Amino acid sequence: MSDVKVPTGAEKIVQCLEREGVEIIFGLSGGAAIPIFDALVGSKIKLILVRHEQGAMHMADGYARATGRPGVALVTSGPGATNTVTGLLTSHMDSAPVVVICGQQVTSVLGKDAFQEADVTGISYPIVKHSYLLKHGGDIPRVMREAFHIASTGRPGPVLVDVPKDVSSGPCTAPFTDEVDLPGYTVPGRGDPEAIAEAARLLSESKRPILYVGQGAVISDAGKAITSLAEKLRAPVVNTLLGKGAVDETHPLNLGMLGMHGTAYANLATQDCDLILGIGARWDDRVTSDPAHFCVGAKKIHVDIDPSEFNKVIQCDLSICGDARLVIEDLVPLVDMLDTEPWLKQVERWRKKYPLKVQKQGGLHAQYVQSRFDHLSEGRPILTVDVGQHQMWAAQFCRTRSNRHWLTSGGAGTMGYGWPAAIGAKFARPDEEVWAIVGDGGFQMTLAELATAAVHDLNVKVLIINNNYLGMVRQWQELFYDNRLSGVDLEGNPDFVKLAEAYGVKGMRIKRVADVDRKLREALDYRDGPLVVVAEVVKEGNVFPMIPSGGPSSAMLIEPPRTQLEKPRGST
Amino acid sequence: MAAPEILPAPVAAPEQHTLSLYVNNKPGVLVRVSLVFARRGYNIDSLVVSPAAHGDFSRITITCSGDRPTLTQIILQLAKLVDVVHAVDHTGDAAYETEIALVKLESQLGERTQVLQVAEHYGAKVVDYGPESLMLRVYGSSDKLDAFIELLRPYGLLELVRSGKIVMARGLEDT
Ligand SMILES: Cc1ncc(C[n+]2csc(CCOP(=O)(O)OP(=O)(O)O)c2C)c(N)n1
Ligand SMILES: [Mg+2]
Repeated sequence: MSDVKVPTGAEKIVQCLEREGVEIIFGLSGGAAIPIFDALVGSKIKLILVRHEQGAMHMADGYARATGRPGVALVTSGPGATNTVTGLLTSHMDSAPVVVICGQQVTSVLGKDAFQEADVTGISYPIVKHSYLLKHGGDIPRVMREAFHIASTGRPGPVLVDVPKDVSSGPCTAPFTDEVDLPGYTVPGRGDPEAIAEAARLLSESKRPILYVGQGAVISDAGKAITSLAEKLRAPVVNTLLGKGAVDETHPLNLGMLGMHGTAYANLATQDCDLILGIGARWDDRVTSDPAHFCVGAKKIHVDIDPSEFNKVIQCDLSICGDARLVIEDLVPLVDMLDTEPWLKQVERWRKKYPLKVQKQGGLHAQYVQSRFDHLSEGRPILTVDVGQHQMWAAQFCRTRSNRHWLTSGGAGTMGYGWPAAIGAKFARPDEEVWAIVGDGGFQMTLAELATAAVHDLNVKVLIINNNYLGMVRQWQELFYDNRLSGVDLEGNPDFVKLAEAYGVKGMRIKRVADVDRKLREALDYRDGPLVVVAEVVKEGNVFPMIPSGGPSSAMLIEPPRTQLEKPRGST
Repeated sequence: MAAPEILPAPVAAPEQHTLSLYVNNKPGVLVRVSLVFARRGYNIDSLVVSPAAHGDFSRITITCSGDRPTLTQIILQLAKLVDVVHAVDHTGDAAYETEIALVKLESQLGERTQVLQVAEHYGAKVVDYGPESLMLRVYGSSDKLDAFIELLRPYGLLELVRSGKIVMARGLEDT
């Protein structure tokens, strides 16, 4: 008899994670997950105990988006697993590679309403890339290999693995495997050369081209190729909320974000182009608003790794399936400089005529704080940004210079994402300066993770844009619902500085315009663990420009409207 | 000012579609497939799941009605599922299709002549001949079954069970 100990299923899972190169797991335990937590004792993998499973999910997501490598969360069955649902949706909508391991009740009681039993795979189906109920220990190596492969290749996304406790406690003799055999799963690579040649031909006929860049470009690291394409063609670039950073937003050809709260010049240019080349962007309703009026008459080309995005929202003239970087790298040699001089001049006129506005008078404005932040930080930090007005201002004023330096929940718009995502990103990239920019509302959804940052003495920082309102909703009520404010006043907000101090975290407050630069400099230089900076901004600031949802971009409000607006007709 | 309505997206004319899916024979696959329809509030008219020639895989044949752009989108989203090997729309191609129906009629012994005539015409077989009821089995194209059932409706139609349509591509084409 050999004296080699047969590993338990849990030990095998941990060994699989180690083989996948996992360095860190974000988790919170419970009965059904104890064997897996037990197997982590003595493992090389660092376990970060969170305060809420949603926090673990956003940390794993932040880790994933900051590196491109899968983030891992580990939770228990029932409520532990259901607390991951918002995180799953968040990662799914934005194509972030996350592997979630859930403890589950023992297989013999599945379906019998046993304690903390929930049909977690069933709950997960619509919001994961794939999921597994791991019923047999022998499947562990295969399932773990597949989970990481699926999460991180093609269009990435979350994969959930539900592990009954008898499987994690029982023996597992199955050998490790490196192979994956998934006949229903293919990963597109290079694009069809003929389609790429056709794209080059269409481009050669364009006088007013625009490159429209999304998350797919970030994921495939296509920024360099796209920048060469833009420079070679002399074509302006616009990016989506999630595409920020693929192409340096301070590059002279970059017009910043387009869409509902995009810059006026990005939207005007997009609307007036004669050719739009979408690269890893999915013509989301926040961008196209009313698809029937979007880029009417322009030739439309779509490069995407996911063919189910083709012609979903907008009928395109040409669709190229493939990895964004590979497709654009193949396209660059086929194009020549275009005569875009008049077009670029027009774009520059718009840029001058409709700049983003920052108010310095009448109190402390969020736009001012964030534009100073951009200036003083020179765009160096990785920013993880929550959801609301502060997010749109950050998108406008904090110009993202490099890839994977802008992390925000776009597709799901998940409040509570920003702060834990920053913690995940800081664990992933400890040498980078990492800041969350959050609203007072969203921060309170996951602020318990202050403890997580404090315990690990993590030099991660959060800028709270405190307007004492659920500001984005208040803005809609003001503009479209006769200012009938309903359920948006965040009276009862804590003193965020004292709150930070209660966690042993340093807190700073910015109240006056005159203090902004000094305090932000001090904050940027701060090196002793976590930092909370709260900017007490005017309560009733609004985000402009704004295209009321579903409206044509000609309905764009560059300034506050003087009259009451009709309720928007489009998507929420 | 009256609140404007949220306008529904314009809908193209609905058509009947027959989709064939080749999928992993695993738990949960059927749910994943149905959810692609359900999230749009889209109804499936019939659905047949059966083992494929190779035991690791199953066939799913789905009929549903809808406009072509939506169906195209649905097929792409089905094909994207990790457990779906391929998804093909057989609408309008020459694939062989068939369906079986079982029909139960309340029918006294002396009143069956007309029913049996109809059955014979449609090639239906009497599979249960009781004193007060008849069970007929008929197969063929779904249109033929529809017509058969409509003809029998006035004769005391009690129960109807249809297998749902199955299809197979002709020649060496993949189904
Ligand atoms: C979990 C969740 N609940 C509700 C919403 C709807 N929502 C979008 S923005 C917003 C207000 C956010 O308020 P705050 O975090 O203070 O940011 P602000 O808009 O004031 O900058 C709300 C409630 C959401 N996006 N996510
Ligand atoms: Mg707020």
